[in-house]
Amino acid sequence: MDKLKLIEQTVIRDDLPKINPGDTINVHYRVREGDKERIQQYVGTVINERGSGANKTITVRKMSGSVGVERIFPLYSPFIAKIEIRKEGRVRRSKLFYLRERRGKAARIREKDKVNTPKA
Amino acid sequence: MSGLIGKKVGMTSIFDELGRSIAVSVIEVDPCAITQIKTEETDGYNAVQLSAFDKKASKVTKAVAGHFDKAGVEPKKVTVEFRDFIPEGFELGDELTIDDVFNVGDRVDVVGTSKGSGFTGVMKRHNFRGVGGQTHGQKNQERRGGSIGQASDPSRVFKGMKMPGRAGNQRAKVQNLSIAKIYGDSNLVLVTGGIPGANGGYVEIHNKSQSVS
Repeated sequence: MDKLKLIEQTVIRDDLPKINPGDTINVHYRVREGDKERIQQYVGTVINERGSGANKTITVRKMSGSVGVERIFPLYSPFIAKIEIRKEGRVRRSKLFYLRERRGKAARIREKDKVNTPKA
Repeated sequence: MSGLIGKKVGMTSIFDELGRSIAVSVIEVDPCAITQIKTEETDGYNAVQLSAFDKKASKVTKAVAGHFDKAGVEPKKVTVEFRDFIPEGFELGDELTIDDVFNVGDRVDVVGTSKGSGFTGVMKRHNFRGVGGQTHGQKNQERRGGSIGQASDPSRVFKGMKMPGRAGNQRAKVQNLSIAKIYGDSNLVLVTGGIPGANGGYVEIHNKSQSVS
């Protein structure tokens, strides 16, 4: 399996922060329109991460008006210019699909207690 | 027809220059030693016999050891003959690497031994459609093959009738794949799409045999 890792190393980027489910992130995504390229920002909550190695994807959910929008990003895609973490959420499961049934106040995620968590 | 011998490492995905994610199979191509060159005069046809992946000398019969000695190479595990493949500038005993035979973008066929599925029914083995419903008197027969012939006229089942049985574990070829990347230093080649067999299985990479429209 080492040889497979060798290939995946060439795809995996190390310029992205560590993302956990529950985090609120801002994805700077390159959008190509004709031959022009611009950067689109997409802010939402990470509700799912799946796959490993080069195949890893994250699902980011946000509310657009009253409609929920979910986008799945291949984490190491060259279209992702930058990811910044807005908030680190304190959640107790890795898949936050329960957020889909919740609206407004009920869909809040508690922020990670920065004072009591030892710095890594 | 040119080709090489390799070993399936596994599958992953890479991003191409347009940023699209493409699924690739990783094949480890051991430097393939030329163990025999067949020519029109001596054998009636042109071919090159390649061998790859070292084998312990103690595991080889004397007859086979003699064959490898003739070419002056270590005994190998896999030996494949490629017809009408004349590697220019290479002689008996020389080793072919990926860069000698293939370039990025080449169309190739990959031949391997498919994964065995054991005793399977006709739907999986021959792509039958099954009965197609659960009502109108169908009971316990949703995946059956149906009739296997006529009545007293032939009074027998024709040979080659598609029926359940062992599936897989056969030589299988996947055509018209393309070479996505070559890592010459680590002897790895990435081929788009899936290839037959389990990880660790030996495969042959041929250049494209026919045009697929």
